[in-house]
Amino acid sequence: MAAVTSLGETPIAPPARRPRGMQARRRRRLNAFRYVVFTVFGLFFILPLLAMARFSLEGATLGSWSLSGWRQIASYQNTGIPPLLSAIEITLELAVITCVVTLVLLVPTMIWIRLRVQWLARTVEFLCLLPLTIPAIVLVVGLGPIYNRIQHYSLSALMLFWVYVILALPYAYRALAAGLSAIDVTTLAEAARSLGASWFSVIVRVIAPNMWQAILNALLLTAALVLGEFTIAYLLLYTNLQEELYAISRNTPNASVVFSTSTAALLFAFALLLILSYVGRRRRGRG
Amino acid sequence: MEGLSRHYGPVVALDRLDLTLQPGELVALLGPSGCGKTTTLRLLAGLEDADTGYISVGGKDITRLSAAKRDMGMVFQAYSLFPHMTVRQNVAFGLRLRRVSAAQRDKRAIEMLDLVGLATQADRYPHQISGGQQQRVALARALAIEPQVLLLDEPLSALDAKVRAQLRDQIRRIQLEVGITTLFVTHDQEEALAIADRVGVMREGRLEQLAPPTEVYSRPATAFVAEFVGLSNRLTGEVRGGEVTVRGCTLPLVERDVPDGQVVALVRPEAVTLASHTAPEPGPLVGTVIAVTFLGATSRVTVDLGDTTVLAQLSTSDASALPAGSRVTLTIRPDPVLVSASSEPAAAADEEA
Repeated sequence: MAAVTSLGETPIAPPARRPRGMQARRRRRLNAFRYVVFTVFGLFFILPLLAMARFSLEGATLGSWSLSGWRQIASYQNTGIPPLLSAIEITLELAVITCVVTLVLLVPTMIWIRLRVQWLARTVEFLCLLPLTIPAIVLVVGLGPIYNRIQHYSLSALMLFWVYVILALPYAYRALAAGLSAIDVTTLAEAARSLGASWFSVIVRVIAPNMWQAILNALLLTAALVLGEFTIAYLLLYTNLQEELYAISRNTPNASVVFSTSTAALLFAFALLLILSYVGRRRRGRG
Repeated sequence: MEGLSRHYGPVVALDRLDLTLQPGELVALLGPSGCGKTTTLRLLAGLEDADTGYISVGGKDITRLSAAKRDMGMVFQAYSLFPHMTVRQNVAFGLRLRRVSAAQRDKRAIEMLDLVGLATQADRYPHQISGGQQQRVALARALAIEPQVLLLDEPLSALDAKVRAQLRDQIRRIQLEVGITTLFVTHDQEEALAIADRVGVMREGRLEQLAPPTEVYSRPATAFVAEFVGLSNRLTGEVRGGEVTVRGCTLPLVERDVPDGQVVALVRPEAVTLASHTAPEPGPLVGTVIAVTFLGATSRVTVDLGDTTVLAQLSTSDASALPAGSRVTLTIRPDPVLVSASSEPAAAADEEA
């Protein structure tokens, strides 16, 4: 606005200084508030984790330090191959299968609904969010007969992916819906169609690459869910990583093992999600 | 297009439309919102299905063909470039789908970008270029596949006035250069009149008139066209013996077979001239200037006649002698005028005609 001051006029600077000063004070107060909130919540989350890590390093006498809790995780063995390695393998495979099935199921369906059958959107949203409202135990009771049949054929714990896909639906749906609403799907699809693209090309070459961040978010949430899942695997008598860590901690007299296994489970999931997120971001940067 | 109809529930978007485009011509469809012009374009592109009717291009029936197989290039109102592709990749997309070799499609993409003056921006992403440039790339992308018909769905409406005028002229230049048959949909009459070979004025799913721009403006087929294209003064008058008398002036009629009686005559502002008087005799054509709108070379003067207001379009030098408050006498040039029944509502014409 100062640029429009004509010759001979005195620019009126002082009144402008006051709001700027007030703004700066307000910004400083807001920043201070932000730091306080961040610190309080940071401590709230980090303190129990630090305590857990400390207890996992507890020696034979109170206050001493030892790695025995961690060593016992690696050396724990019932028969045959180390069960922990097998549980890690199963959990990773489960995470991959669940992610793939969830995305293959949801991405084309959601794009198709947005483009062609909008009237179905509400129903599909309701169905996808439904698992959020069903407690794990109810789900297990409901799926019990099916899994009894599956176990009858001695199929591996990988069969858990069916129930994990159901559990992941609400999170993946929300992440993908946010991505879809951020782009003008209809115009992009119509532009691609007018250029000669088939519906498959529209979804794979035009829409999906533009919601890569949403797909990555859905992937992260689904993977996080599978890596941290314990209740359903335990109740359906399958062994995944969480269940195995629980078994290790339960079958050892050393109390610190309980904490080392919990910390290990947390670090494992955290490291994997970090890798996934990093890989996704690098890909996005290139794209 | 023959007998093309489209209904959305009880709403008739298109009502048995017949439209033929000559090879290489640019036809603009003009009309108020909801008149069916965009529906016509979407039916032609295959983005929607017609309830009844028949569409053929070059003698080939394409009515039941999917959008992907119609060979139509389309530029949309909204920015439609694929955000994850560079400008070059966007233009080459249609060719890639047609399995054209990488070298050839790259060559063609650069040729098309050169045509729209954006060859230097080939490696940029859509978010790195302006809205006007994005629409030019969209035009290059549509032309790259060498379509049989180019469809433009209000491609300039999201742009600011200056860019809009530049791009409008550029579209016309490119259309003439490529010689492609083009259907251009717009609600902006200035745009339609400026670049089209023929203008089709639509209303409630029907084509009211399809004619060259000068004819649509100077010899409108219906009262709706007269009111929608350009500005018109609605002045009550009386028809008698094939002529209409408006405030004491006798004017010829466009349509001779109008029955005698009370009507509303549609008089163009440029047919009204004003003369200044310090103390004129009171009369039906004497009034007071209440506003002068500067439009550049011309100005629009609003005159209050007591029972109605009349717009007159004068050269700015003439209008400058008539400031608000001046007493003036109106003269109506005896051009043939259209009349409508006094109960018929006015068309929703844009003020910026």
